[in-house]
Amino acid sequence: MYKILKKEKIGPNLNKFVIEAPLVPKNYQPGQFVVLKVDEVGERIPITIAEADKNKGTITVFVQEVGKTTYKLGALKSGDSISDVVGPLGHPAKVDKIGTVVTIGGGVGTAIVYPETKAFKKAGNYVISIIGFRNKEHVILEEEMRKNSDELYIMTDDGSYGKKGFTTNELQELESAGRKMDLVIAIGPAIMMKKISEMTKEYNVKTIVSLNSTMMDATGMCGGCRVEVGGETKFACVDGPEFDGHEVNFDLLIKRLSTYEKQEKEALDSYNRCKLEE
Amino acid sequence: MSNKKQMAPREPMPKQEVKERVRNFNEVALGYTEDQARREAERCIQCPKPLCIKGCPVDINIPEFIKLIVEGKYTEAANKIKEDDILPCMTGRVCPQEEQCEAQCVLGIKHKPIAIGRLERFAADYEARNSEVETPAVQAKKNKKVAVVGSGPAGLTVAADCARMGYDVKVFEALHKPGGVLAYGIPEFRLPKEIVSREVETLEKMGVELECNVIIGKTITIEQLFEEGFDAIFLGLGAGLPRFLGVEGENLLGIYSANEFLTRINLMKAYKFPEYDTPINIGKKVAVVGGGNVAMDSARSAVRLGAREVHIIYRRSRQEMPARNEEIENAVEEGVILDLLVNPIGFAGDEKGWVKKIQMIKMELGEPDDSGRRRPVPIPGSEFIYDVDTVVVAIGQNANPILLDATPEIKKNKWGYIDAEPETGKTSMKGVFAGGDIVTGEATVIAAMGAGRKAARAIDDYLKTGKW
Repeated sequence: MYKILKKEKIGPNLNKFVIEAPLVPKNYQPGQFVVLKVDEVGERIPITIAEADKNKGTITVFVQEVGKTTYKLGALKSGDSISDVVGPLGHPAKVDKIGTVVTIGGGVGTAIVYPETKAFKKAGNYVISIIGFRNKEHVILEEEMRKNSDELYIMTDDGSYGKKGFTTNELQELESAGRKMDLVIAIGPAIMMKKISEMTKEYNVKTIVSLNSTMMDATGMCGGCRVEVGGETKFACVDGPEFDGHEVNFDLLIKRLSTYEKQEKEALDSYNRCKLEE
Repeated sequence: MSNKKQMAPREPMPKQEVKERVRNFNEVALGYTEDQARREAERCIQCPKPLCIKGCPVDINIPEFIKLIVEGKYTEAANKIKEDDILPCMTGRVCPQEEQCEAQCVLGIKHKPIAIGRLERFAADYEARNSEVETPAVQAKKNKKVAVVGSGPAGLTVAADCARMGYDVKVFEALHKPGGVLAYGIPEFRLPKEIVSREVETLEKMGVELECNVIIGKTITIEQLFEEGFDAIFLGLGAGLPRFLGVEGENLLGIYSANEFLTRINLMKAYKFPEYDTPINIGKKVAVVGGGNVAMDSARSAVRLGAREVHIIYRRSRQEMPARNEEIENAVEEGVILDLLVNPIGFAGDEKGWVKKIQMIKMELGEPDDSGRRRPVPIPGSEFIYDVDTVVVAIGQNANPILLDATPEIKKNKWGYIDAEPETGKTSMKGVFAGGDIVTGEATVIAAMGAGRKAARAIDDYLKTGKW
């Protein structure tokens, strides 16, 4: 069992967990993820590691409540345990000093882009960060991102905080202002990563995205996470999760993410009914 | 023993009725009763130079355990088997005996060979049911540590053998449950998972430590295992990277690798969704591509999940199918349709991306290839379209890259598997041994156990002498 040392609700349907998983931080590098399983009957879900503490043997993850598993997780409290944590998985992000790096986080994707932002800053890059949320209530990691960026732009869909608009709008402004960009890292909903990649292809700026395809074992064994990159089939778990955004077939990714839509709804509905009965 | 007894027919295996079993995941073969086991055992003529043992990858003393069954000493029979095979409940069920021990049985020349596998299963099940399973004796501590990577048949064998020899053994498993392919791959109806947990418990009673959720090469590297004080490491990680066909449209929704399909069912219990959280999609018409045991397991699972029509698509003829005959027969009994000498050359889907059609081509058999089987050759102009809702691709595995990418010191062969000495399992890295599917590519449970047995002996040699 893996103990939740601290659970904190940090936004609507968004929780932060510090979990005791002594072996995971040992070889962890930014960009890697873990697979979590809440209980005996639970499913295995991949979640990117936001922070790992080698000394304390803990990892920090941000989990948005979207389906039964993430709601089940959200119902747990500090001191509770989950049955399984395994990692770190996937290839680490390639962090070098290259000049100006634009890191873009969409919603809970900000929690994934955060450790990379920190790593790129530490490597001596000029880091411009753009993070976008639905509204003010959903804003996360503002201070952490500010501390690790040379410039930070916060976007909200409704303009209730920061600038009104999407991350793409800010990227467009930077481009129009003739700002130098050597690398873009975009992590968020598939549709955001698709839009950003389309724009940067035009700008001719290399873009890395982190793909959130459906995984089970996440060790290359099942192939459920397969994505198409540069016309070739890749496994997001062992070949990724980060890929060249200009090469990714996002339409296929978006379709494949809907594979279990029906069952996900059924599971969540029955979970909610049980909750009501309690 | 009278001649009449040997000429008696081979005892058939009692099975769950077809119309019942297609609606549940319970074991199909029910096992011999005591009477049946003794009748079958009495057919054995106790050859002075038994050939059956030669057919066994782990050299079980077959005539000896059969004699004990005749004498009604069932627990003793089980212990006799366990001298050479630590997992008799499993091997009695999943070994291809018809190609191994039973293929050598002299009774097979004129009559039917002794049902060695069924007798093995009987003895092992009897012991498990009726007595406290004896924990194998462990020698005095040698104070040397052996790490075993992977808890499938190869890893479990090495762990048991090394523990018996007095080594401190720790097994690392990547998934959340031990057993490897025994847990995620082989379905409940062929190998009840209860048996797997029981065998693992026996190991733990022998002092073997087991840790799940550890991926060697990621969580801990080989180098770090040595730093932590392990003196030898055995790699039994399995093949673990599913092959796809490499044709148009195979990333459409509803196309699974057999690994994913079976893992969702066996390990994650998707057949109990929504009681269990892991879902699976099963359409009306399911096509399983491939002709091995894994293909049969997938097809028979699809039947049980309620598919209306389940087909096996195989590019050669039934004769060349690598699956055990028994499994093909079970599948056919359960309504699985064999579409032979056809091969998928592409998939097409609907607007939402779900697979709907397979483009197929008819095949004919040409000259034998490297495997000795006649090579399937496409017949030009024979393409046709085949409607489908779910596809399972069961055409084998490549080598999993995680550990090998992290450990370039370990040399690979031309197929990407680990290059290990066949007699010892020694790899190109000092102190590191390997065996099972990660060395040979996809094979059988017993072959992996045989490799584990040899590696354990070599590990003992290495740790005693220090010579590599």
